[in-house]
Order: sequence, then structure tokens, then C-alpha cells
Amino acid sequence: MSTPINYLLHLADNALVLGQRNAEWCGHGPILEEDLALANMSLDLIGQARLLYSLVAKRAPTLAADASALPPEGAFAPWGGSAALHGGQLTEDTLAYFRDVPDFRNHTLLELPHHGALVGYAKGNLDYATTIVRNFLFSALMVPLWQQLTTCADTDLAAIAAKSVKEAGYHLRHSRDWLVKLGDGTDESHARVQASLEHLLPYTQEFWMLSALEKEATDAGVVIDWAQLSADWNALLDDALAEATLTRPSAGGYVSQGKLGQHSEHLGYLLAEMQSLARAHPGATW
Amino acid sequence: MTTAPHTAPALKEWPLWEVFVRSKQGLEHKHCGSLHAADAAQALNMARDVYTRRQEGVSIWVVPAKSITASNPDDKGPLFDPAADKVYRHPTFYDIPDEVGHM
Repeated sequence: MSTPINYLLHLADNALVLGQRNAEWCGHGPILEEDLALANMSLDLIGQARLLYSLVAKRAPTLAADASALPPEGAFAPWGGSAALHGGQLTEDTLAYFRDVPDFRNHTLLELPHHGALVGYAKGNLDYATTIVRNFLFSALMVPLWQQLTTCADTDLAAIAAKSVKEAGYHLRHSRDWLVKLGDGTDESHARVQASLEHLLPYTQEFWMLSALEKEATDAGVVIDWAQLSADWNALLDDALAEATLTRPSAGGYVSQGKLGQHSEHLGYLLAEMQSLARAHPGATW
Repeated sequence: MTTAPHTAPALKEWPLWEVFVRSKQGLEHKHCGSLHAADAAQALNMARDVYTRRQEGVSIWVVPAKSITASNPDDKGPLFDPAADKVYRHPTFYDIPDEVGHM
């Protein structure tokens, strides 16, 4: 059986966008060891994205050869339509570099900058509390999700999950350790990490707003136990927040829909930086 | 891992940790460097990120640098030079019986 392209792209885009975001710390980390740690984790995520994009490319090989397989003008194509066929072939690179904002299926949470909506407690554009809270919220989702996917009926995806669950496990350990240190730290670190939590937690509603994306995957046989996943995530969150002496804010209000292609204004800038080189020199190799 | 009570004065600088890594084939942990970290668990994480990202190891030790008592370089003469002229302390003056094999 094969996982729907949309769901594979959702997993891949999540990994790529957060990997790119966290790479912004490269050379700017608060200390040398954290600089390396974040770059390591970005490389884990970009590695996951590469495997998933390659799987999409492998499963959609006939598109380039068969022009009639292209969607009609204006119609939605999960792989981004003809732009992703740049150079005539769908590859991991064309999927990463030649799709536009509405083609990306990542959670909105992952594309947000490293500071609060109104900067708030953040000093400058790079607020480590925001980075840590985001990494924690996401890795606490991915550890149990990859765990479930290791036994999914799509054996290629199960193999990627088996590799990724170990990486996510470390990301969770790293971010949880810092969450506790900052939360149970000084007055300032506590206030800043609490502010980040209040800014970011509402975006996690998107995890649990089951949409056509998840339904399509379920119908195709990629069965995820959402109730169990939610219970696992909430347990990880509440346990860490208690140890960090942080208060769990209520997460209500607007439910973001990045996974359906409706993104914040921030993704465009992220993609522009990530894609500009590949688009300026299409087909370049080294 | 114990958490320091809030009453403890905040450190201005993180303490220094010495890092020892055992490689896949290695039998012993070898000293490979040092780093600053707030506590032992964090020192382990950081050592993992800094010293094992090229598959250098399968096990890590971190030791608070202040727990290591080192000999003073100025004492090098009295401590180590007297052993220099006592070649008879090396077991090289014996014939090893063949049945002993490799020693």
C-alpha cells in the first residue's frame, strides 16, 4: 500500500520548514554547544525531509514523461504542479525548491519566527525560549507519531519512521531539558518561556483539527490512533510543564491551517531565503 | 537528577566538565575535551552534540573538572624523573616461556 502524496508531503514539509527555521541559529547560538546542537537537529530534520521527498518522487515518476498527467491549469496538484517538475523531473530538490507557499503542507507552528507575535519578552529576533518551546511541542508530537508509524502498512514510510523516531527522541530530550531549565530558572527566563508558551500553544490546535489530509491517509490504510497520540502528547506536555513550574495556558481562538496550504505571512520569507539560490541557478550541481 | 533549590545562589558561570568518550572498538573511555554546562545531564547532552556527531563514540562520561586533582607541572622533576634511570623495572630481562603466549 502507499501513503497519499499529500500526507507524505505534510510530514516532509514539517521537517524541512522546522529544519530551515532552526538553522537560522547556525553561527548565532547562545553558546557554542547549543549552536552545534541546533545545527545537528536541523540536519536530522532535513535528512527526514529528504527521505520523504525522495519517496514522493519515486512514487510519482511518470508525471514528467506524461504531460497529460499534469493537472489542468489552476487545479490543485499536491506536488505543486508544473513548477516542481522543473527540469522535467520530480526530485527531492524540485519538491523542496520549486514549490510555492500554498503547496507546502507544514503546520503553521513550524514556520513562525523565533520570537513572539509582538516580540514581547524576546530580545531581538532570535528568542531562545521560543525556539525551545516550539521544538518541545513538535518533538512531543513526533515521538509518539513516528512510533505509531513504525508499524504502518506502508513499509517505506515505516522504515523512515524507525529512523526518525530516534532522532525525534533526542530532540525531545534536548528541548525538554531546556524547557525545565528556563522555566525553573531565573525570574526572567521563567517569564520569557511562559510568554513563548502562551504565544505558541494555540497553534498546536492544528495538530488535532483532523482534516481531509488525515482522512485521506486513514482511507488509504495509514491508520493513526489520534486519541492515543493526543493522550501521549498531553502527558508529555503536562509532565514537563509541571517540572518546569510553568502554567499551561488555555489554547483557544483561531485554528491555523498550514497543513492545508493556508499559511502565515512568515513562510514566504522563509522559502524565499531557502529557495532563492536554487531558483537563481536552476539545475546547478557541485 | 536532583534539582537545586531556589535558594541556591545563581551561578554566574556554568561549571566546567571533562568529557571522556569510549569508541566502538575502544575498551576504555578516553579524554577528548571539556565543556561548560549547568549540570551533569546537560553536560552529557552537550558532549553528545559536540564530541560524538561523527560517530566517535558509544558511551560518554562527564566529570566535573573541579573533582579532578591534578599533579602540579612544577613537581615534574621530583615526581617523574627518578624513574628515568631504572630500566630494570621494565620486565624486559626475562625469557617468557612459549606456553605463556602473548602477554
